[in-house]
Amino acid sequence: MYLSQFLLLSAILFCIGVYGVLARRNAVLVLMSIELILNAVNINLIAFGAFNGNAVTAEVFALFIIAVAAAEVGVGLALVLTIYRNSKSIDLHEVDLLKG
Amino acid sequence: MNASYLAADSGDLAVKASGFFLENVWIIPAIMAVSFAVILGLGKRMPKGGSEVGIAAVGVCFLLALLTAGQWIGQVNAAEACTPETCEYVKYGVADDGEPGYVANKTVGHSDEDHGDEDHSDEDHGDEGAFPVDAGAGSAHGESAAGFGAFVDAEEGSTAAAAIAVVSERTWWSNGGIDFTVGTMVDGLTVTLLVVVTLVSMLVHVYSTDYVAGDRRFTHYFAFLSLFTAAMLFFVTSANVLQMIVGWELVGVCSFALIGHWWEEQPNSDAALKAFLTNRVGDMGLLIGMIILFFASNEKWGIIDINAAAILGEENGGTSHTLLLIASLCLLAAVMSKSGQFFLHTWLPDAMAGPTPVSALIHAATMVVAGVYLIARLYGVFFSGLSIGGSSINALAVIGAVTTLVGASLAFVQDDIKKVLAYSTISQLGYMTLALGVGAWTAAVFHLTTHALFKACLFLGAGSVSHAVHSFDMKKDMGGMRKFMPTTYKTFLIGSIALAGLPPLAGFWSKDEILAGTGGWGFFEGQSNANGAYTAMLVMGMITAGLTAAYMTRVMYLTFFGEFRGGHHGEEHADDHAHADDHVHAHDDHHGDPHESGPRILWPLRILAGLAVVAGLMNLPRGFLGLSSDITLRFEHFVEPLAATGYFPKIKHADPSWSLAIFATLVVAVAAGAAYWYYFIRVNAQSPEATEMVNGPTERSKLLKAGHTMLKNRYYLDHIYDGGEPVVASGAVAMGTIFGSAAGLTLGFSLDNGLDQPFWPSLIWGAVLGLTVFTIVATTLRTGVGIATFVKRPLAFAANWVHENIIDGAVDEVGKNSVKSANALYKYIDQGAIDGSVNAVGRGSQGAGGELRRWSTGQVQQYATVMFAGATLLAGLLIIVI
Amino acid sequence: MIAAFAPVVGAVVAQNVFFYMIATVMIVAALRVVTTNNMVHAALYLVVVLAGVAAQFLLLGAEFVGITQVLVYIGAVIVLFLFGIMLTRAKVGAEDGLNHENLVPAILTAVLLLLVMAYAVVDFAKVPGRNNALEIDVIGGRQPTTVEQVSDSIFSTYIVAFEAISVLLLAALIGAIVVARKE
Repeated sequence: MYLSQFLLLSAILFCIGVYGVLARRNAVLVLMSIELILNAVNINLIAFGAFNGNAVTAEVFALFIIAVAAAEVGVGLALVLTIYRNSKSIDLHEVDLLKG
Repeated sequence: MNASYLAADSGDLAVKASGFFLENVWIIPAIMAVSFAVILGLGKRMPKGGSEVGIAAVGVCFLLALLTAGQWIGQVNAAEACTPETCEYVKYGVADDGEPGYVANKTVGHSDEDHGDEDHSDEDHGDEGAFPVDAGAGSAHGESAAGFGAFVDAEEGSTAAAAIAVVSERTWWSNGGIDFTVGTMVDGLTVTLLVVVTLVSMLVHVYSTDYVAGDRRFTHYFAFLSLFTAAMLFFVTSANVLQMIVGWELVGVCSFALIGHWWEEQPNSDAALKAFLTNRVGDMGLLIGMIILFFASNEKWGIIDINAAAILGEENGGTSHTLLLIASLCLLAAVMSKSGQFFLHTWLPDAMAGPTPVSALIHAATMVVAGVYLIARLYGVFFSGLSIGGSSINALAVIGAVTTLVGASLAFVQDDIKKVLAYSTISQLGYMTLALGVGAWTAAVFHLTTHALFKACLFLGAGSVSHAVHSFDMKKDMGGMRKFMPTTYKTFLIGSIALAGLPPLAGFWSKDEILAGTGGWGFFEGQSNANGAYTAMLVMGMITAGLTAAYMTRVMYLTFFGEFRGGHHGEEHADDHAHADDHVHAHDDHHGDPHESGPRILWPLRILAGLAVVAGLMNLPRGFLGLSSDITLRFEHFVEPLAATGYFPKIKHADPSWSLAIFATLVVAVAAGAAYWYYFIRVNAQSPEATEMVNGPTERSKLLKAGHTMLKNRYYLDHIYDGGEPVVASGAVAMGTIFGSAAGLTLGFSLDNGLDQPFWPSLIWGAVLGLTVFTIVATTLRTGVGIATFVKRPLAFAANWVHENIIDGAVDEVGKNSVKSANALYKYIDQGAIDGSVNAVGRGSQGAGGELRRWSTGQVQQYATVMFAGATLLAGLLIIVI
Repeated sequence: MIAAFAPVVGAVVAQNVFFYMIATVMIVAALRVVTTNNMVHAALYLVVVLAGVAAQFLLLGAEFVGITQVLVYIGAVIVLFLFGIMLTRAKVGAEDGLNHENLVPAILTAVLLLLVMAYAVVDFAKVPGRNNALEIDVIGGRQPTTVEQVSDSIFSTYIVAFEAISVLLLAALIGAIVVARKE
């Protein structure tokens, strides 16, 4: 296995995630795409760690990213719920309060 | 064995003590802490609001304290009966591992051929548990245990030993070679304080159940009483200075909480804050002093180690004299704030805003003696640092003496009975520090004990009176109370006599011991065998004794004699702390006739009064009436550590003097008589209801009036500290100079350690130093408001003049010229060129805005797209191009 | 020509085969996450992706992280998502309107980004002498990192970050509760 394989995989996943963030209208789906992005980054980190001999540091970093992602999803979904309660819809087209 | 760190005198004998209660004395504060938690958590649901838990806990603690005291007495007696066969003698030295601690005293009994030295393995200082009593090696050496002290006789071959304090501790953290331990240290001093604190606390608890009955925060009050008792007990059983600091702060916090018990009224919370902040100022000194001691005694936190290092002195590997002096002065600052010494005493009278039982417990018997206890505990440091032996003046003695005078003088002009007692407390605390400053250690501790008893009695009596008349103002609301409250009157009378120091009540014995200890009486009877010749202190102490008798007579008259002046307030109470709306009295609020208080208030009064009568017999002077030494000086025998223990300096004990005692009693009697004549006879002759003499001395003499005003304003100290009228700038300067000179004189003497130096250099630099220090302290307390009020008026005037005449004038000139040029500017440049271009810009931006508006759609994802795209482009740029 | 791509593709050994299989599944599933019209399906496809990531971690010898990935992501985060889908009344079955009308900017950005990153990777891999080949036999040559190593590292070197993370989690917990409260 080569490092570049993992890096490419990570890159592809990252870009799919980016596409999802930009293209999806439903807020929960956007959050899912963000998860894709974070996992891609994790693969990247672990791969670098394994190939450079510094695996433990990379793993610790990845664990922290997992923790942060979990926290982010929690808070994000709470926000989505609030938006839903306020405007009965989580269509991001309709959340355009910054307009103008 | 290493030559350094050994006691210079190998003839002293000491043995370690042990015992179940002595080693497990941590139980006592623990019980009170648990009681605090229980009351706080469950108190509201209990039938008596948590007070039953508090009383039960403190009662158990009192019993345990008595048992501990009994065990300690047993240990002292056992040590006294030691022989080399039954005891293992130790002394403070360097153990085999290089650590200082208690090692076997091999000079007792000779290590010769008949017994191979049994392995008296060197006991480290932090050893727990009893050490085995095994057979010593060989017979007793002809060591003359010629120490100082009451019972180690100077005969040859005596093997009676001193009992060393029981230390039991645990290391909770070890880092970089420094061990942090937590533990308890029990010796005679500890045991004395344990008994006193628990006894007074118990009586205050019982008293409070009646005094604050129906209060809105009844449970909370009892919780904090428990916490305070726990903190105080924790403080007195500390084995190292870190714990002492913790306990010190904790009692300060409890004092804050309890003074501000009725915090709804602003003055109460102000008083609580003032107490806390003033203590804080002193706590800086505490921390600095403790840290200095830590580093100076080779990084040891333990009290025994610090004292031993201080006693050994620099030449034996201990602490240097200069460091001890500095540390003593820093700790003195802490004592000044906590124990209400001049000039940080201002919080004590204001602390009377709290409930009276709190004042009795905290500000008479226990918390304020924390400072005295600190000095007594670390006496090795103070004795060496301030050169108490062989001198005639030192900082501690001076401050103590000044405090006694200041306190007593201010007690004369108070109308509030509690404030009189507060100043009286300040004065008596001054006595204790004075005693410590002249080397009369036992006298100080004994006075601490007796004072706790009779001052608590007085405070609780004042509370009883106020409970009946709902006020503390003697002049307005009291008078003739002895008809209504006979028991309170009798106990108050006993307490007053004890305070004044008439024989045979307790105050006489302790106060006389202090006066004898100053050694200043020597010129009447030759060498008095005291530690120094503190004649000035003796004079001040004597004057204060007289003043004490006088003001207590005044209080007695205003409160208990004459005609009753109260009762015409109707429904409104002139309370300092209007707690009437919260009080559910058994009797309702009628003011016709105040009446005696209930049993729960009276019994503590009776008990304390009884103790005040007999407590003095604990420490009869040596050779009193020819009684054997088994009866005299019992207190000193059991409480004062001997120099052989290694952590207490060798101090001398002054001979008791009949002439001094008689003279002091005469002074007291004369002063009391003078006050009696003034009040009971002259004022009463005016009218039974009068409280002052019309056209009295202060009216007739300007000097007396000025003195009276100064006393009324409490030496203007509060003005300096609290930012009152700016009248006191000169007063502050004067005060600072006087105090600074005194301090400088003291410092000069302490450092030069002799009277044969010219005193004016130290006077001058002392005055400057004192002025600086005083200014810093005052400014700290005043947060700069004082200075601002002093300068802001003249500064404001000057600024205004500059503004009007100089600045405004220039501005006017400039204005006139510019009008002309402005006109020209307007016509050609403004209208023509500028406006035209501005209009063009406006049109342009309007157009651009229309275009850009279409971009801000409010769609977050659109923004995100643009962001990502931009980032990608940049990344691409970076990677591909660069 | 395949040989020219050899530095990128790697030899045919068991780990490699598995890697490619899992990678393919992951990519397909990821694409389905972002294109499907059924929200629950999207969540389930996400599970596949996450499982695939865990498998890749195991291939790389990071066992602890792999298991944690399964536990935390698949076990908790997905459940959260499902709850979120339920509470926001997503339609059961396919619904339209889950994508924007104009997808062109999104696609463009994503593709652009992919090109940049791929270029970087390939460029990196082509440098001769650069050692980016993991020894084929992970189990034989290099040991997978043990839990003990990871925990030692967390609790000694990265203790501060650990504490910060715990504070962060606490803040997220409280924040989520506060934000989502019914007033």
